[in-house]
Amino acid sequence: MPTLRELAQREEVLAGGHRACVGCLSTVALRQVMASVPGDVVVGAATGCMEVVTTIYPYTSWKVPFIHNAFENVAATVSGVEAAYQALRRKGKIDHEIKFVAFGGDGGTYDIGLQSLSGAMERGHDMLYVCYNNEAYMNTGVQRSSATPFAAWTSTSPVGTVEVGKKDFPKDLTEIMVAHHIPYVAQAAVHHWKDLATKVQKAMSIRGPKFINILAPCTLGWKYPPEIGLDVSRLAVDTCAWALYEVENGKRKLTHRPREKKPIIEYLKVQDRFKHLLKPENQTIVEQLQKGIDERWNRLIGGQASA
Amino acid sequence: MTNNKPLETLELPATVRPQRVVALTGNEAVAEAMRQIDPDVVAAYPITPQTELMHAFADFVANGKVSTEFVLVESEHSAMSASIGASAAGARAMTATSSQGLALMWEVVQIASSLRLPIVMPVVNRAISGPINIHCDHSDTMGCRDSGWIQIFSESAQEAYDHTLIALRVAEHPNILLPVMVTLDGFILSHTMERLEILDDETVKEFVGEYHPDHPLLDTKHPVTVGPLDLPDFFFEHKRQEVEAQLAAAELMPAILKEFGTVSGREYDVIEEYEMDDAETAIVVLGSTAGTVKSVVNELRREGRKVGLVKIRVFRPFPVRDLVRALTKAEAVAVLDRSIAFGSAGGPVFDEIRSSFFGGGVSPAEVKVLNYIYGLGGRDVKDSDIRFVYDELETLLHTGETGSAVRYLGLRDSNVEQVALRLEENQ
Repeated sequence: MPTLRELAQREEVLAGGHRACVGCLSTVALRQVMASVPGDVVVGAATGCMEVVTTIYPYTSWKVPFIHNAFENVAATVSGVEAAYQALRRKGKIDHEIKFVAFGGDGGTYDIGLQSLSGAMERGHDMLYVCYNNEAYMNTGVQRSSATPFAAWTSTSPVGTVEVGKKDFPKDLTEIMVAHHIPYVAQAAVHHWKDLATKVQKAMSIRGPKFINILAPCTLGWKYPPEIGLDVSRLAVDTCAWALYEVENGKRKLTHRPREKKPIIEYLKVQDRFKHLLKPENQTIVEQLQKGIDERWNRLIGGQASA
Repeated sequence: MTNNKPLETLELPATVRPQRVVALTGNEAVAEAMRQIDPDVVAAYPITPQTELMHAFADFVANGKVSTEFVLVESEHSAMSASIGASAAGARAMTATSSQGLALMWEVVQIASSLRLPIVMPVVNRAISGPINIHCDHSDTMGCRDSGWIQIFSESAQEAYDHTLIALRVAEHPNILLPVMVTLDGFILSHTMERLEILDDETVKEFVGEYHPDHPLLDTKHPVTVGPLDLPDFFFEHKRQEVEAQLAAAELMPAILKEFGTVSGREYDVIEEYEMDDAETAIVVLGSTAGTVKSVVNELRREGRKVGLVKIRVFRPFPVRDLVRALTKAEAVAVLDRSIAFGSAGGPVFDEIRSSFFGGGVSPAEVKVLNYIYGLGGRDVKDSDIRFVYDELETLLHTGETGSAVRYLGLRDSNVEQVALRLEENQ
């Protein structure tokens, strides 16, 4: 595992001057991932924030080969690139190793791109799929996705006189990927760079399909001041709203356990997408949220214990 | 069907290469072409009536007859997406589909052409739902007619085979670089056994040549960004470049067809004229129905009637000048459309031909044009239907009777024709 200094000294794959928001943590996720991918690599991205801000023609931030096709198909697109590599390598037209990384937001991964992702993972393409998960459709103006937390405000799950944010709990995409029985699945978060880098390095050392779900808080959609983004990320992990774990060849392992499991309200109160939950009449919703988190956390710990 | 004379009776030029005479279905013929091409990547998803094409190709993969990376995706959307990825990576990529499959990939079909990726895709023509139907009409590929792809229609399994080889050359020509659809009529061609001639593998290899991609993703020493966000300051110019590519294709395709002719002995042009030199009436058609029309033309010619046929081989780029030149030989023309353009003045082929006539300065007094919508959802087209069309054209010539310009062939409900007439009166 390289030190932070070593990681910071690696050549940036993403050139500055891109158009991400101030305080954007999805770009941080991108840079952290790419800093841990060794050698030659081809990157694909689904339509979404990261594609839009890094490739406005005639400019590009990408110093490695990059392809964007459409919203729902980055996994299929990169499977095509990887298939081309396998074919041309076999025919002796390429003589060196190339790695493949696909990036999608939660919209392009949990929702519209789920079929394409599932297909690519099942077929066993040698690629790392990274979901930069900011828990809503941020690129199009903060609409709810199936990654959006229960009771969160979004543009399409607004807080009104009869409704108080998103009515449904998010789907557990990471576990859906685990159910694909691929060699490596993990959850990571941007504030814990060492954990994230270790996971990416481990993933890249394995041949076959890999999936990493990275929580990437969004100042715009989560409504917190840009300078506290990494603290928000840390709170997500410390309240166990977002668990840092990996499943390597079916073996489940918590990679970080918070010293003290904080109550969910600590996480909610720093984000205005949850500010309606601070009202006394919405306490039952906070309790529901806490219950959901506790259940999932206990399942995760239990699963680890039995593994 | 054409090219059905035994090889040994033909006097062939010395350039023509040895060929095997075989009996294959349209699907098998296209699969055979794909085996000979040996694409780097084939990404495909099964759909009737394309399925047997993929079965045949899967057998080639399973028996080591090709070195293709065969990606069995979970949908047609992913089939085209993976083809795009593979082609952008620098591979020779192919897929094949039909109907709903083409409709599902419609979004990415246009991305393939805008990225200028020379993907070749056989499309086994089938009606578009709803109602669901698995049989032939041209609604699927007509729904993609403005997608920036080149479209080549086949009359026979022989042509479907030949066109697949030709399509590679057209797609990969450095001045064209556009994806190509090769169509063959569902069941009528895809599932019907036909006698055809197959070039030997060496000849095909030589004809299609090596693919040398420009700026492939896998050239990691020279990184490129493919598919960036293109805003109002450049988007329009890039779309205009696609138009230029179509114009280049129109200019370059005759020579590629001719070159194929010198190798195979099968001389093709973007359109095919049949008994047109002294024709008074003519039918324009795409696909397998051209074979039926030829047979009726032969019969009517024996009866002394001056009838002819113009078959459109290359529908995109639309051969405006060739069609105007060929069709103005006749005085009355019937355009047969195997699809409907709902809410339009007529079928898609009819609309384009009338527009071409207008642009070519051909007046309705010079050449009268009728439109017959036919064969939807696999409705049979009989000799008697074609004869009926020539009868109506002759009546039109002799009596000046106009009636509705848009008519329906082989349709049971005559009310529909009256509805069309009412719509026309209202226009």
